[in-house]
Amino acid sequence: MQLLKILRHAARKVLAIGILVLLGGLLSATLVRLAPGFDADERELDPGLSTDSVRALRTSRAGEHKVLTFYAGYLRGILHGDLGTSHALGQPVRELLKERWPVTARVAGVGLLLAWILATTLAFSVCLVRHPAYEVLGTTASGAFLCIPAAVLALLSVVVNSPGYLAVALIVFPKIYRYSRNLLVKSYDLPHVLAARARGLGEIRILARHVLPVAGPQIIALAGVTVSIALGAAIPVEALCGLPGVGQLAWQAALSRDLPLLVNLTAIVTLVTLLANSWADVMIHMLSPREA
Amino acid sequence: MNAVRKLSCAVILVVCALSLGAGWLAPSGYAKQFRETPNAPPSRQHLLGTDEVGRDRFARVLYGTRISLVLAPAAAVVSTALAVLVGGLPGYLGGAWLRLARGFTDLFLSLPWLFLLITVRALLPLNVSPVVSVLITFLILGILGWAASARVLSTSAASLRSSDFVLQARASGVHGPRLFLVHVLPNLKPVLYAQFWISIPVFILSEANLGILGLGVAEPLPSWGGLLRELEGLISFREEPWKLAPLLLLIVVMTSFQMLLSGEEVTA
Repeated sequence: MQLLKILRHAARKVLAIGILVLLGGLLSATLVRLAPGFDADERELDPGLSTDSVRALRTSRAGEHKVLTFYAGYLRGILHGDLGTSHALGQPVRELLKERWPVTARVAGVGLLLAWILATTLAFSVCLVRHPAYEVLGTTASGAFLCIPAAVLALLSVVVNSPGYLAVALIVFPKIYRYSRNLLVKSYDLPHVLAARARGLGEIRILARHVLPVAGPQIIALAGVTVSIALGAAIPVEALCGLPGVGQLAWQAALSRDLPLLVNLTAIVTLVTLLANSWADVMIHMLSPREA
Repeated sequence: MNAVRKLSCAVILVVCALSLGAGWLAPSGYAKQFRETPNAPPSRQHLLGTDEVGRDRFARVLYGTRISLVLAPAAAVVSTALAVLVGGLPGYLGGAWLRLARGFTDLFLSLPWLFLLITVRALLPLNVSPVVSVLITFLILGILGWAASARVLSTSAASLRSSDFVLQARASGVHGPRLFLVHVLPNLKPVLYAQFWISIPVFILSEANLGILGLGVAEPLPSWGGLLRELEGLISFREEPWKLAPLLLLIVVMTSFQMLLSGEEVTA
């Protein structure tokens, strides 16, 4: 019965994700179409091109003028595995994504993992050891990194020659630390935890049996949200550190108003974010149905 | 208000006062070029040295601070007003309106903030006058930054809808816009204020990110984003520490906002 409930919940989530991804792509296509200067193509300014060549260029982009027609064609292409061709880079979008996705997966993935290790270690230390030094260290470090723009951290990582994932880790770390620390402190202050401590239970047992069951679902939800934060952080890091990932591609696509690339990137980023959030949601359902 | 919050408030006020007094403190202005002394180190004439085209860095920091500190709250007003429309109103109406608004908000929240910001900013004209670029940048921040606030407001408004005083007002014959404007909206004020204050540092940081990526305020008008772009050419911290002055000022202001808002975030 419980499994059936989870499956039904998962099916509803998949449907919602599908609709949101389609709407995200359509929103992106509409924004690009409405942007001033959408019709302008720098290649038309090339004096070496004949009138026929210019006409051919205009004809090749004619299908993009009607957003719904473009989007319907794009969706038909997806069904055949064709994601279109980038105007700015002149390469199939599928190939571009295949080339660049591993870089972003490494930068954002390793950065996210590092941020979680750093933040949770510090948050648990604050709650378990209860020494003011840990509190000061955590508050100062998270406060400092929260005040620095992501792009500045990316620039500084270039100056000190550190890997890009470290910059992503430092961008994501304060958000995880602040939230998980507050959550753990609140959970430790609950009456049943105080009662457990009064009965002389060990710290590890209190954490595993009394604190984590309360804080766990929200920490899992935070894990889903941080995927989106890490993906967002990857854009300035890749753009400024010269890392050829999807983040850099998104920046280039935005600057060159590359409609096929932007629509695909918006849909993919939306899909990854929603999948991460849904994974967190399903995990909460499985581990703690009452919380969900 | 505790001592830390008072100190934070004082720091923000001092920085605001300094930026507003830029005309007296740095009479050379932000655009005047001292062509004989480009990339100069700090001196009595130029307290923070000059940039690569010989403009006084101290003057640019003061004027840039003024732009960021004046326009970020203006963008926060726009985003909070939009949050009331997209979150508060549907929360009060409930039913299909609430589901539709939450779906729309989810769509915006499913896109990373910086990705959305860069995409939309790049779609608008980049070769515009500096003043127009300032307006475009902060207007975009205001127009796109409503989603998180709308989520909070819709939840608060939905809970108010079934509260005793709203039921009593309904029973007394108060309906429609009057019920929302007179009974619901005033009770959303604490959440609105919190969302407004929380948005300001977010918008300051976002403008800085856009500026560094070359999508912010156009030259020669300074802003924190544009000033921080100078770090791209930084050789090392030891050789040119004065180039870090805008970053240090940004950190001081952002820390003050954080301290000031530590209570507000809990309320939100």
